[in-house]
Amino acid sequence: MPENQLRLQMKGISKVFPGVKALSNVNLRLFPGEVHALMGENGAGKSTLIKVLTGVYTIDEGNVWLDGKPISARSPLESQELGISTVYQEVNLCTNLSVAENIFIGREVLRRGRIDWKEIYRRAIKLLERLHLNIDVTKPLSSYSVAIQQMVAIARSLNISAKVLILDEPTSSLDKTEVQELFKVMNKLKSEGMAILFVTHFLDQVYEICDRMTILRNGELVGEFKTTELPKIDLVTKMIGKELQVLEQLPNTILKDKQTSHGAPFMQARQAGRKGSIEPFDFDIYKGEIVSFAGLLGSGRTEIAKLLFGADKADTGSIIINNKTIHLNSPSQAIHLGIAFCPENRKTESIIEDLTVRENIILAMQASMGWFKYISRKKQDGFITEFIQLLNVNPPNPEMLIKNLSGGNQQKVILARWLLTHPQFLILDEPTRGIDVGTKAEIQKLILSLSQEGMAILFISSELEEVIRCGQRILVLRDKRVIAEIKNDEINQQNIMQAIAGG
Amino acid sequence: MKSRLTWPLIMLGSLLAINLFVNPSFFQIEMKDGHLFGSLIDILNRSAPLILVSIGMTLVIATKGIDLSVGSIMAMSGAIACLYLSGGNYPEGSWLPVIYAVGIALALSAVAGLWNGLLVAGIGMQPIVATLILMVAGRGIAQLIASGQVITINYQPYKYIGTGYLLTLPFSIFIVAFVFLITVYLIRRTPIGLFIESIGSNPVASRLAGIHAAAIIFIVYIFCGFCGGIAGLIMSSNVSSADGNNAGLWFELDAILAVVIGGTSLSGGRFYLLGTLVGALIIQTLTTTIYSIGVPPEIILVVKAIVVLIVCLLQSEEFRKKFSKKRFSKKTFSKKGVSV
Repeated sequence: MPENQLRLQMKGISKVFPGVKALSNVNLRLFPGEVHALMGENGAGKSTLIKVLTGVYTIDEGNVWLDGKPISARSPLESQELGISTVYQEVNLCTNLSVAENIFIGREVLRRGRIDWKEIYRRAIKLLERLHLNIDVTKPLSSYSVAIQQMVAIARSLNISAKVLILDEPTSSLDKTEVQELFKVMNKLKSEGMAILFVTHFLDQVYEICDRMTILRNGELVGEFKTTELPKIDLVTKMIGKELQVLEQLPNTILKDKQTSHGAPFMQARQAGRKGSIEPFDFDIYKGEIVSFAGLLGSGRTEIAKLLFGADKADTGSIIINNKTIHLNSPSQAIHLGIAFCPENRKTESIIEDLTVRENIILAMQASMGWFKYISRKKQDGFITEFIQLLNVNPPNPEMLIKNLSGGNQQKVILARWLLTHPQFLILDEPTRGIDVGTKAEIQKLILSLSQEGMAILFISSELEEVIRCGQRILVLRDKRVIAEIKNDEINQQNIMQAIAGG
Repeated sequence: MKSRLTWPLIMLGSLLAINLFVNPSFFQIEMKDGHLFGSLIDILNRSAPLILVSIGMTLVIATKGIDLSVGSIMAMSGAIACLYLSGGNYPEGSWLPVIYAVGIALALSAVAGLWNGLLVAGIGMQPIVATLILMVAGRGIAQLIASGQVITINYQPYKYIGTGYLLTLPFSIFIVAFVFLITVYLIRRTPIGLFIESIGSNPVASRLAGIHAAAIIFIVYIFCGFCGGIAGLIMSSNVSSADGNNAGLWFELDAILAVVIGGTSLSGGRFYLLGTLVGALIIQTLTTTIYSIGVPPEIILVVKAIVVLIVCLLQSEEFRKKFSKKRFSKKTFSKKGVSV
C-alpha cells in the first residue's frame, strides 16, 4: 500500500529512561482496516512504544503522523481526542462505579446542565450490544468477571470516534470463547476501517487475526512483516534473537514415567472448602511432584491456591502437612511450614512498587526471620547476585525500583523472592501470564529442575499446552469444584478439554 | 536521598541567612555559667517536641496512615504527670517522683497509641477517622485529668526535663538525639523499616509475603503515641504546668507538615527520617524568624502559610521542572535579545 494511505506512522522513535534506552529509532506503520501485531519479548519496548504514542511518556526523538498530519500527544486525553484509543493490559477502570458510568466517565451526556442518565444507559447498552454483550449497565463493574470488564474497557474506547485502537494484551485474561468474541468485534471494527494495533503473547492469535506485524527486540526495530509471509518459527527466532534451543521440547517422557507416590505426601486437603469461593475438595501433593490445575477463568483455581497458602481460611475440612493436621491461618504461618505462593496478579498482589529489586527479593525471607534478625547487606548482595544470574533478570541492577522493570522480569524477581525461602511446596498461579516465549520456556525449565530436586509444585495456568507439558497429574476444575483427575498416559489435550466441557 | 534533602536544606539555610542579615549576632554562641547560649541553641531546644512528634508521625505516614491525635496525647501526658506531682510535697533533690511521673505519662501515651492501633489495624478503620476520635476525646481526657484547671507545680527535678542542662547543652536536645538515633537504628539495622515501607507501598502483597502487617501497624501507632508523650512532658516541664485545653494544640498538623517537607509522601511507602528532622527544624526556625524580624502578630499566620507553600512547591519535582523550563526559555530568549 502506498505511504499516503497510512493511518498512523511513527518514525525514528527513541526514548531513554534513567539507565535504560527503552526505544531506539523505532518505526511503526498502521494502515486503515488492518489488524497489526506488535511483537517482542518482555522488555522489548512494546509497552513503551504504546505509551509514547498515547502521550503517557514524551518522545525523546522521532515523529508521529496521523492521517498524514504530524501529531504530538502530551497526555492520554489528548491522544484520545486525536482518535487514538487504548485498552491497557491492566484494566484501567473504576470497579466501584457502574458499567455505564465507566463507559461515559469524563464525557457524560448532559441535558440542561445535568447528567442525562437515561441517554447514558441507552447508549451504553447499544455500545455493548455492538460487542455482543448483554449485561445490566447499572450494576457496579466489580460484579462482573475480568473478561467482561475488559469488554467494557473496549466499549469505552469505542465510544469516541476512534481511528486507531490499541489493544495491549487484551486476551491474557480471557477464555477461548471470549477471545473468539473479541476477535469478532475486532474484525467488525477492521471492516469499518479502524486500524488496530494488537499486542499479545499468544502466537496462534497473531496468526489467526493479524494482517501484518512489527517486531521489536531490546528496544530496537527488527522489522515489519506480513503474517502470511513469516512462519511462526521465524517469528519466534526474530523475537528472541537466537535459535530455538530454548523452546526445544522438554523431556516429557522421563517425567511422566516417574512414580508420583513416594512416601508420605507433603500436603493433603480433605474436604477443605470455603463458602462462596470453593466447594470442598481433596488434594494431595508429594515431594518432587508437579500438579497442574486446568480449568477456565473463575473455575476456582486461584481460590484453592489461596486456601492452601492460608491467605484465605478454609471453613470446612482439614489440611494436613507432613501428617500433622494444621489450622492454616495466615500466609506467614504457611511460609514457616515451607509453602510459597506466587499470586496471579503481579501488580496488586506480588510486587512492592516503591521498593528496589533487592528489597523485593529479600522480603519473604526477611519476614520469616522475624523482626530483629537483619540479613546483612553483604549476605543480601550475595543472594541477589546469585538469583539475578540464575533467573537472568534484566537489567541486572538490584538497586533499580521494581516498577521500572518489565512484567516478565518482575515475575522473575518474585520467583527469586520465594526460591530464597527454600520452600518445600511452591504454588505458582499463572506464573507465565503476559510473559514472552523465551522467558516462559526458562520458567518451565526451572520448574522441572526444582521438582527434580524434590520440591513439590502446584502449577496453575490457563494455557493447556503448558499444563500438559509441566504437570504430572492434572486436576480439572469447573464451577468452583474439582471435577476430575487426569494422570500419566491419560494426559492429553482431548481428555482435558472433555473434562472441562463436562463430557 | 541526597537530592531529597537538598531543597529542605537550602530552605533551612536561607531562613538562617535571613536571620543573620537581620541580626548579625544570630550565629553567636556564648558560654554563661557553664551553659551554652545563643539563637541556634534556642531553636534546637524549642524544636525538640516537634521533632519527637514528627519522628513518630513519619513512621505512621510511611504505613499509609496518619495520626491526628498526637496533640491530644501531648496534653494527656503532661496533665497526668503534673497531676501526680502536684499531689504531695516532695523533698528537694529527690528524683524518684519524677521517674514515676514520667513512667505513668509514657504508659498512658502508649495506651493511647495502642487504642489508635486497635482501631486502625484491629478493626480496619481509616486512620484519619480512627485518630480523629482520640484527637477529640484525648483533649477531653486531658481536661478531666486536670479537672478543667491548669495544674501548676513547683518541683525542680521535673523542670529539668524541659529546661535543664547537660554537658553545656539543653537536656531536651539529648532526649531528641536519643530517640532519633534509637529509631534510626531500629529502622535501618533491623528489618522493621523494610516492613513499614513494604506495608505502606502494597499491604496486600506484604501480607502474602508473610509480613504481619497488623502487628507492625500496631507498633507504629504505639511508637507515635509514645513520642507524643515525651513531647508533652518536655512542653509541660518547660512551663511547669499542664493545660489540658491548649497544650500541643494543632501540633499534629505541624508534624505532618514537617514529614511532608522532609520528602515522605502522604501516600505511604518510602520515608526519610533525616528529611523529617530538617523539616521540623525549618518550621521552628521559621517561627523564630517571624518573631525575631518583628512581623506584626496579626499577619504571622499568613506569612507562615506563604513560606510553607514555597517550601512545598520547591519540594515538588514536577513544579521545579515547569519552573526551570520557563526560566530556561526566558534566558535563551534574553540572550538572543541582548546583542551586545
